[in-house]
Amino acid sequence: MVGFLGANGAGKTTTLKMLCGLIYPSSGQVLVAGHQPQRRHPDFLRRITLVMGQKQQLIWDLPPMDSLRVNAAVYGIPDRVASRRIAELSDLLELGEELTRPVRKLSLGQRMKAELLAALLHEPEVLFLDEPTLGLDVNAQLRVRQFLAEYNRRTGATILLTSHYMADITALCPRVLLIHQGQLFHDGPLDRLTSRLAPERHVRLELEQPAPAEAFNGLGHLDSLENCEVNLRVDPASLTRVLAQILERFEVRDLEVNDPPIDQLIGELFRQGSL
Amino acid sequence: MRIFGLNRRIVRALLGSQYAHMLEYRAEIALWALSGVLPFIMLSLWSGSDARSQLGLDGVALDRYFLSAFLVRQFSVVWMVYAFEEDALLGRLSPYLLQPLHPLWRYVASHLGEQLTRLPFAAGIAGVFFLIQPQAFWIPSLGGFLLAWIATWMAFAIAFLLQSLIASLCFWSEKATALERLLFLPFLFLSGLLAPLTAFPPAVQAWVRWTPFPYLIDFPARVLSGDPVDLAAGFAAQLAWVGLLLPLVLVLWRAGVRRYSAMGA
Repeated sequence: MVGFLGANGAGKTTTLKMLCGLIYPSSGQVLVAGHQPQRRHPDFLRRITLVMGQKQQLIWDLPPMDSLRVNAAVYGIPDRVASRRIAELSDLLELGEELTRPVRKLSLGQRMKAELLAALLHEPEVLFLDEPTLGLDVNAQLRVRQFLAEYNRRTGATILLTSHYMADITALCPRVLLIHQGQLFHDGPLDRLTSRLAPERHVRLELEQPAPAEAFNGLGHLDSLENCEVNLRVDPASLTRVLAQILERFEVRDLEVNDPPIDQLIGELFRQGSL
Repeated sequence: MRIFGLNRRIVRALLGSQYAHMLEYRAEIALWALSGVLPFIMLSLWSGSDARSQLGLDGVALDRYFLSAFLVRQFSVVWMVYAFEEDALLGRLSPYLLQPLHPLWRYVASHLGEQLTRLPFAAGIAGVFFLIQPQAFWIPSLGGFLLAWIATWMAFAIAFLLQSLIASLCFWSEKATALERLLFLPFLFLSGLLAPLTAFPPAVQAWVRWTPFPYLIDFPARVLSGDPVDLAAGFAAQLAWVGLLLPLVLVLWRAGVRRYSAMGA
């Protein structure tokens, strides 16, 4: 599973549309599962799916089951196989009688789950998911996330996921792509992105006695000092040495070493607009 | 086996779902059927006019012509461009483009589902017409009915392709429905909805026969009402228009999809 990150307008959705063949590349070449997506060859279309947040393929006034029957016919899935897949996927997605109620009467979360079911009925090998949890409440987001992880485990499908919720990315994606101003800025594990964006570790101290700012000279960058609470940024290479010096110089009530939160880092990156 | 991406199972699934979908809108469709009574208004106008003798249709034949025009219109009305424009603007077209089935088939199925829903309302209106004008009652022969059914279906195919041509322009202009309104005017006057083609001077008739419009209402209505009509010429013209429009639609569609950027998504 690959997380695809970028600021608003960076080109995430455009890239997804290009990868699934909705947009023709103005230059260069795109290859997905051995196909040129823009040709939209039926063999290619049977191997991919695209789920775009609030955009829906289910027929609004009919129960999702009717749209599923149409999809089964269009993808040439035999009735028996389609019924088995619907049962399996609806079990994973915790969908039951919702499949027989008109789509317009379903909640946003139920609709999204039914959309996912419709998009996965043909068991695609490559999934393009554009904001699949957009607008869902926390519980529904969690369920969709768990479903995607399980689907990926069961089928081994490739999943390319964009999301505004970093929790989706951190929970699901061992590999992350970050595009910035039209360029690929990062391709690799999330923790490596964190260390690229914020090479320093955050050290939070709670002291027994207040100390002056000068007392922290040579211990890294002092971010804040408020009574007994201190926040420092420290180079990872000298972290052990700095921690030893802190424990030697001060009476420490509590100590924490953290990476800065990834969503905060990326948020700052996008706000600044430059790297 | 798939023909143009279709097989029997897809046809059954598409028609079943679209018929169920249209049944949800049956009240609205009943009103649409009712709003299609323009031929009856024209019948009453022509019946009281001295000019009716120029139409070449006597009293009963004129009644039957306009009833047939009403029925043909009911089962060849096309609203594809409006549905398509909305789908394109709201990004609903994207999932259709990513399925191994030409999206136009979905619109065809929607129309057929709507026609099926419209059937009892149209039959009811025809029944009321016969109650009011019992002398106009007739039952076409089986052969005549079949020919009229084919001619009506061909009229639907031409109208659908014409609108698909305009709908394909949605890929370039977001307001293709404005163009459709331009097409509606000649359709209204030249199709036979307001008056049979014989109401026009012979020179105009000859010119109009080179357009697709008389084959949308006048020709199928005459076949249904049993008027003497050149069947071979009529069907040949319908086939020619389908044969001309279909490749144009496919070419324009392909070019449009290349341009498409999934607006609204």
